[in-house]
Amino acid sequence: MRKGLLINIAKSLLLARWKQTLVAAVGVTFSITMFITLLSFMSGLNDLLDGLILNRTAHVRIYNDIKPNADQPINKSNSNSKGHNFIGSVKSDANRQAIYNSEAIMKAIKNDSRVLGLSPKLTAQVFFNDGSIDITGSIFGINPTEEAKLYHFDEYITTGTSADLTKVNNSIILGKGLADKLLVQIGDAVQITTSKGDLFQLKVVGTFQSGIKDFDNVQSYASLNTVQKILSVPNDYITSIQVKLKDITQAPAVAKEYQQLYQTDAEDIQTANSQFETGSSIRTLISYSVGITLLIVAGFGIYNILNMMIFEKMDSIAILKATGFSGSDVKKIFIYIAVTIGIFGGLLGLLFGLGLSAIIDQIPFNTASLPTIKTYPIVYNPRFYIIGIIFSFITTYFAGWFPARKASKIDPVVIIRGK
Amino acid sequence: MKTILEAKNINKFFHDPETIQVLENVNFSIDKGEFVSLTGKSGCGKSTLLYVLSTMDTDYEGGLFIDGVEMPKKNEAFLAKIRNEKIGFVFQFHYLLNEFNVLKNVMLPGLKLNKYSAEEVEHRAMEKLKILGIEHLALKQANHVSGGEKQRVAIARALINDPHIIMGDEPTGNLDKKNSDLVFDIFNQLSDEFNQTLLIVTHDPSFAERTHRIIKMEDGKIIS
Repeated sequence: MRKGLLINIAKSLLLARWKQTLVAAVGVTFSITMFITLLSFMSGLNDLLDGLILNRTAHVRIYNDIKPNADQPINKSNSNSKGHNFIGSVKSDANRQAIYNSEAIMKAIKNDSRVLGLSPKLTAQVFFNDGSIDITGSIFGINPTEEAKLYHFDEYITTGTSADLTKVNNSIILGKGLADKLLVQIGDAVQITTSKGDLFQLKVVGTFQSGIKDFDNVQSYASLNTVQKILSVPNDYITSIQVKLKDITQAPAVAKEYQQLYQTDAEDIQTANSQFETGSSIRTLISYSVGITLLIVAGFGIYNILNMMIFEKMDSIAILKATGFSGSDVKKIFIYIAVTIGIFGGLLGLLFGLGLSAIIDQIPFNTASLPTIKTYPIVYNPRFYIIGIIFSFITTYFAGWFPARKASKIDPVVIIRGK
Repeated sequence: MKTILEAKNINKFFHDPETIQVLENVNFSIDKGEFVSLTGKSGCGKSTLLYVLSTMDTDYEGGLFIDGVEMPKKNEAFLAKIRNEKIGFVFQFHYLLNEFNVLKNVMLPGLKLNKYSAEEVEHRAMEKLKILGIEHLALKQANHVSGGEKQRVAIARALINDPHIIMGDEPTGNLDKKNSDLVFDIFNQLSDEFNQTLLIVTHDPSFAERTHRIIKMEDGKIIS
C-alpha cells in the first residue's frame, strides 16, 4: 500500500472536523503548558531553596570533631574482649580541633582532579560587646576570594564587598541582624571579647543577609588572618577545609577517602543536608504527578472526541473496509489522528509553556531574606520539554489506541445492512 | 468460459435470538462477463448471500471460490486485499466520503491497491468518470452532487481496480425511475462493452428481467 495514503485519510478526517480537533489539541496544549510551567517554576524554587544552604555548603568538609579517643585503655586489655566496654576514662579533647599539617593537606587536595576548589575556614566563638550587653556570636575566618568564587559569598552581602576584608586590616562583615542589634554601620567599629578574655576592635566593612535569620543574628565573617590574630594562633591554624567538587554526587566517596588519607573527620554534603534532598525530590515528584495528571485528563478528552468521531464516521469506516482497507489500516488511521493531535498540541504546549515561564520569570518577587532574588525563579531545562513532548505522545497514543481498536473491529456488514 | 465466482454448499445460520437457517445449500457459479441478478422477496436471504459472497461476512459454512481460489474465513487482511483487488461494490446507499472530492473518492481503492502510480490512478479514475458521464463533477466535494450522480460516483469507485466482479446490493433502491434506468444502462454498457461480470441483488422485477440471468431465491434456497 502507498505509504502516505493512511496519513492522507487521517489528515482529511482531522481537517473535516477541525473544531473538534482544535478542542482536543487545546486540551493537550493546556496540559503541556501547565506541565512545563509547573516544572520550570518548581525547579526554580527548588534551586532557590537548595541554594540557600547547598550552594553555600562545602561538598566535603574536613575537620576534627570533638570526641573521646577511640582507643580507650580498657579496650587494650584482653580480659574483657567478649563483653561490651562502657568505661571511658580518656575524655574528649578540644585542643585538637585544628587540622594538623593543613598546608600540605590543602596542597594535596587542590591537586586532586575531582576537586573544583577549596577554602580554609577557622571559627572563633566571641562576644560582641555592646555597652553593658555581650552578644554571643561567631566569626568565621575565611579566604574572601575563594569563598566568593566557590560559595557565592558576594551574593548575600547586601552592603560593602567581600574584597574589603582583605584590603582593610582587622575588618569584619556582620550579619544583618547582628549589625542591627549592635547599631553599627559600615565604617563603625565593634568590640569583641574572645573566649580567652582578649579584647579586640574590628572595623565593619559590610553586612550580609544569608536568607536564614538565625544565622544573620550571630554570624560574621573576617579574613583568616584576622581570626588567627584574634585567637592568637599561628598562620597555619585552621579548623576546617571546605572542599567543592566538580561532581556533587562523588562527595560521599571522596569524604570517606579523605577521612582515611588525612586521619581527620570528613563529612559529605549529602549526609549533612539530607533533609534538603528529600524536600527537593518530593517537590519534583509533586510537580511531575500534577503534570502527568493534567496530561491524562487531556488524554481522556482525546479518547472521547475520537470515540465520537468513530461514531460519526461509521459509514466511512464501513466503506473503507468494504473497498479493501483492513482492520489494521483503519486502526492506524485513528491512531495517526490521535498522535497528530498529541504532537501538534504538545509542540504548541511547549511554546506556550516557555512563554508562560518567561512571563513568570519577569514577575517581581522581593523578599527580605533573599536580597539577590528580584523575580520569581524559573529554570529553563530542556529535559522538561523532552519529557513533555514524549508524554504527550504516549498519552495521546493510548487515548487513540482504544477507539482505534474499536473502529478496526467495526463490521461493515452490520453498518451497510443497517441502512 | 472462465468461472469467476463459485458457491459450494453454502449454509448460514442466525443464532440470535434463536437459531434460524438463512441460507440452505446454496450452489451456483458465475462465469466471466455474465450480468446476473439475484432476486426474491424481502427476507429470503438474497442480501445475506451477497455479503457472504462479498467476503465481508465470514460466518457461514461451505466453500466460496473467487477466481478459483477458496476464500479463507479467518484471514481478515487477506480478504480485505481480495475485496480491494477483485470485487467492486455498489450499495443502496452511496457511502462516499464527504471529506474528499469525487475524484479522490474514486481513487481511494486504487491508491490502496498501489498497482499504479498516483498520477496513473488519477488518470484511470478520470477515465471511469468519463465512461459514466460525470467527469465534470471530478473536483466537486462528494456531498455537493445529487443522489443519482453519487450512485454513479460509487460505480466509478467500484470499477477503479478493474475488478473481476461487481456486486450490487439494491443499487437502484434509492433512485427514481430516471436514475434507475440510467444506472441499469451503465451496468448493461459495462457488461456489453467491457465484458464486466456483475451480480446485482434487486427486488425490482423490471430491473431483473433485463439482465442476462436471474437467480431467484426463496427461504434461503435458490429456486431457479
